[in-house]
Amino acid sequence: MVEKYRRQYGSGLEPLTYLGQNYFSVDRSLIPDFLRLLRDEEQFDYCVDITAVHYPKREKQFDVVWILYSFPRNERVRVKTQIADGESLPSSVGIWATANWLEREVFDMFGIKFDGHPDLKRILLPDGWKGHPLRKDYGILQQDQEWVQINLGIESGQ
Amino acid sequence: MNDKTSSLPNAVSNLDLETPEKPYLDSNELIINMGPQHPATHGVLRVILKLDGEKVLGTECVIGYLHRGVEKIAENRTYTMFNPYVDRMDYVAAVSNGLGYCQAVEKLLNVEAPPRANYIRVILTELNRIASHQLWLGTHALDIGAMTPLFYTFRDREEILKIFEKYCGARLTTHAFRIGGCQYETYAGFEKDVKNYLAFLPPKIDEYEALLTGNRIWLERTKNVGVISGKDCIALGVTGPVLRAAGVKWDIRKAQPYANYADFDFEIPTGENGDTFDRYMVRIIEMRQSLRIIEQAVNGIPEGPIMAKVPKVIKPAVGEIYHSIEAPKGELGYFIVSDGSTQPYRVRVRPPSFVNLQALDIMVRGQLVADVIAVIGTLDIVLGEVDR
Repeated sequence: MVEKYRRQYGSGLEPLTYLGQNYFSVDRSLIPDFLRLLRDEEQFDYCVDITAVHYPKREKQFDVVWILYSFPRNERVRVKTQIADGESLPSSVGIWATANWLEREVFDMFGIKFDGHPDLKRILLPDGWKGHPLRKDYGILQQDQEWVQINLGIESGQ
Repeated sequence: MNDKTSSLPNAVSNLDLETPEKPYLDSNELIINMGPQHPATHGVLRVILKLDGEKVLGTECVIGYLHRGVEKIAENRTYTMFNPYVDRMDYVAAVSNGLGYCQAVEKLLNVEAPPRANYIRVILTELNRIASHQLWLGTHALDIGAMTPLFYTFRDREEILKIFEKYCGARLTTHAFRIGGCQYETYAGFEKDVKNYLAFLPPKIDEYEALLTGNRIWLERTKNVGVISGKDCIALGVTGPVLRAAGVKWDIRKAQPYANYADFDFEIPTGENGDTFDRYMVRIIEMRQSLRIIEQAVNGIPEGPIMAKVPKVIKPAVGEIYHSIEAPKGELGYFIVSDGSTQPYRVRVRPPSFVNLQALDIMVRGQLVADVIAVIGTLDIVLGEVDR
């Protein structure tokens, strides 16, 4: 499977293994085609999780990670891609319905936009909140004081 | 009938029997709000319902009321310091949360807990699964209108909490395990307490079943309510008893065994229709199967150390790991990224309740408002885990 895709995509795709777990580091341009391929051709029918990691010092600041599982193969794989701040990704809701809330959470926590998502809005934080808490430059004690004062009528939520 | 001075509300006082072409009742769609403070939402969940009369046309969940930023906290604590926080997500199955987290970090460190620790872990985790299912059964039955099972299940759950309390001093947020094994050796009489419980519970489960399984009201309220197919479950990422009740025989304890589940003999119960009743049956059988696992584990506890050799300061090498376990509610996963320091660079929790809750919408469409309550109950969500 790995060899086949390596020939097909060349340098855009790098298969890696760490502690016995396989993942693909792929170029942003291969999303969502590669994800669709994994579902249709390789039977990765269950999208376990979508998440992101923020590396503020890198040029492409975000790693977006899809964790996939295949029921027929009983196998897990991760797909990882790097994007810059402000860049968006194509949504994978059309591939796995579960991506809906998972992408909303990534948007809420990191501010990464997913094009073609049916209803991309905040999920855990209230609408109108400023900032994306899981970015590394968002301090642990930081919060949207303005939102707290207007909506809760208290000086500070701390 | 046409008395204009009537003090009845409009819908009634405007009734005009002489002109039947006028609609008898207003048939507009109605949007109503359920929660966030509602006893049947098991926490603070708000559901916006679009209704046509009593029929549900669509729902939208508003969540986040219990958001505490657990993943952000993790980045600002050491691996060891974060351990107790995971208990506060799914607080009715704290032991499972702790097991998942400890094993994920152990994987990242490339160490393995010693056999004795694994046996203790399996016993406590399975006891916790039973406790979680008991709490679910009591509250779910209460939501549907049966009050008695609540008292029965809480009475029996108490015995499990007593074992936890004797073992580690806490009843709910147990913090029972440490990275590398267990901190506490079993107390004197632990095995006796567990064995007593093994004899105590089966007749009690029979009691639950006597109250509910053949009960006509229970059947009316659960059969063909909140049906979801196995295919939809997979597309929506729904796991745990909900997936199994839809006929998919999948349990991480069997598919990708962790701890020492591979050593034990047990069955994975499945349902056929994927309705609320099947999910009830699956969980009842799971309780019995958990007892089977505990029985094998408690009779086979080996002697030996309970902690692996783990450095005092936990500093995994740069890298990332995903580890998941079968929590009582479904697949609970931890995705941990290490940058080589003493604090995790990123901890992502893949909560089963959050992902399962997404299926609420397709499960209640076309059903009655009262069934929404039944379906929220049958999904077995814990809002502490949904919102983290």
